[in-house]
Amino acid sequence: MSTDATIAPASAMPSSGRLIATLAVIAMLSGFFVVLVYQATLERIILNHREYLENAVFEVLPGASHRVNYLLTDEGLERLADEDVGDANVFAGYDEDDQLIGFAMQASARGYADVVRVLYGYDPGRECIIGFIVLQSSETPGLGDKIETDPDFLANFDCLDVSLNEEGTALKHDIVTVPPGTKTEDWQIDGITGATVTATAVARALRESANEMIPRLLRHLEQLTDPSPETTGKEVS
Amino acid sequence: MPRDAKQLSPPTMDTLKEGVWKENPVFIALLGLCPALAVSNTALNALAMGLASTVVLLGSTTLISVLRHLIPKQVRIASYIIIIATFVTIVDYTIHALSLELYNALGAFIQLIVVNCMILGRAEAYASKNRVITTIINSIGMGAGFTLALFLVGAIREILGFGTFFGIPLFGPDFQPWAVFILPPGGFIVLSLWLVLFAAIRRRKEQRKEVAHVA
Amino acid sequence: MSPESPAFLFLHAFLINNFVLALFLGLCPFLGVSAKIKTAVPMGLAVIFVMLVASLCAYGINILLVHFEIEYLRLICYIAVIASAVQLVEMTVKKLSPTLFRMLGIYLPLITTNCAILGMALFQTFNEYNFVQSLAYSLGAGAGFMLALVLMAGLREKLELASVPDACTSAAISFMLAGLLSLAFMGFAGLGG
Repeated sequence: MSTDATIAPASAMPSSGRLIATLAVIAMLSGFFVVLVYQATLERIILNHREYLENAVFEVLPGASHRVNYLLTDEGLERLADEDVGDANVFAGYDEDDQLIGFAMQASARGYADVVRVLYGYDPGRECIIGFIVLQSSETPGLGDKIETDPDFLANFDCLDVSLNEEGTALKHDIVTVPPGTKTEDWQIDGITGATVTATAVARALRESANEMIPRLLRHLEQLTDPSPETTGKEVS
Repeated sequence: MPRDAKQLSPPTMDTLKEGVWKENPVFIALLGLCPALAVSNTALNALAMGLASTVVLLGSTTLISVLRHLIPKQVRIASYIIIIATFVTIVDYTIHALSLELYNALGAFIQLIVVNCMILGRAEAYASKNRVITTIINSIGMGAGFTLALFLVGAIREILGFGTFFGIPLFGPDFQPWAVFILPPGGFIVLSLWLVLFAAIRRRKEQRKEVAHVA
Repeated sequence: MSPESPAFLFLHAFLINNFVLALFLGLCPFLGVSAKIKTAVPMGLAVIFVMLVASLCAYGINILLVHFEIEYLRLICYIAVIASAVQLVEMTVKKLSPTLFRMLGIYLPLITTNCAILGMALFQTFNEYNFVQSLAYSLGAGAGFMLALVLMAGLREKLELASVPDACTSAAISFMLAGLLSLAFMGFAGLGG
């Protein structure tokens, strides 16, 4: 199958200069092609990510038709341009009449096998979490992934109470999971049989994120109740 | 040229078939097992991984075959690795641009095509010693064999583990998915069962040949 | 244990998401050198060592790549540097400790194409681990590889005495065993929470 005769007649040791030159040429060519492909695909990749995030945000904030990205820190709320979507940690969703629907934020906690990352929607008007979707999870299929499909579990998020205490520093009632079918209060989450750990992880993720973000968010709420798309357009351009 | 093609024809078919069946990279040579198991939990993922690996294999072996007289023997492995890594990066960005969903499903395993021993093995054992045309044919055969193997593993795992085939439900709503098959142990077990089947078929063939020989 | 703590990352790579049995990384050497415990132990040690070196290299390179904003060259740099690091380690060990070299020597070149090494480097980068976390993670990955290798070697030594159906050649029965081991390792999920 293989004949040694076809190998280059360079069996005598070539100079190390030639070896280095060969490697350098190959490395340069390879770098050139990679950069070319990187440039060609960059725009499309960013677009894909934006679309994915947009769909996720609109799913947890039913009725929303456009969004604005914000970076929420202790100092305040900073509006980010559409390109800097990767740095944002709060997404405000507005409907067609520019009415604020709510905010979408990310939360994560350790589940059974690995970290579970979710995006949840928060409605400041009703002080509720109104839905969530799983962004990343490697939980046991058929058990842990029930958090996405189980209708009884999802019913917890019709309006999960996250109202703040009087000082506005933390949640009035911590979000907790209770055994399936024993939910009595609006801040409790009915667990799932067979996915106890994962359901608890979702609750923990929401509790930690809500405790940290919502008090800050409400403190700076005036900053963004009136960001009409006209100002959005100006800031972006 | 047509006469040439005719003369080439029988060995060409053989080279092509060799990769799919007689020297199947996964089932016979046990190469490239990591991706074969890691992303083969659905038929679609398996097919995508197989195609991505085939593109990398075809591209890099062709280039290596073209350059085989120019690359000094002493630095050949390093050169091959750089060439393979380049093609993998290109495929990685292409998939990322085409479908984010697929990219997330395959994860880091697209980049790990670089260390798929099948590709470096082909580059070293075949592309560095053969003409461009035969290298291309051989790579297509090997790539097809690899894709077929991944698809066979992925299809079984998806049918048993999700009760679907390319996302289409097969068994109706009462089917209780056999979740272990989409989990890591299922990958090992399905692959092992395919290996048993292939070994059994080969044994039977050999036995028949022996019988024919004796008679 | 917090999911970010080095101790948890070690456990995570060592048992919960074992590189070989849950992530299918490094299967080629796993099958190749797991026939005897005598070869499995030095191979495992060599992998742990190279994992640590590769993790350090990858951490350093990534800082450089991010600094110059050329992350798209990451894969090419990683694979080139890991391959040269293995060679350097080989030469250093040969020079400093001939005994150790005799023990690890033949396994070191094999490690270059071990996807567990590159996989560890890539995961560590994707998850943005800091220096200590990277070290803990790579140590866990290497130790997990060694554990799987030694367990498998023990099983395969026993298997030599068992009568196995003809069609189940060594690879097929090894995969079956790996499947059972992997099933057992799934019991570690949820550990350390």
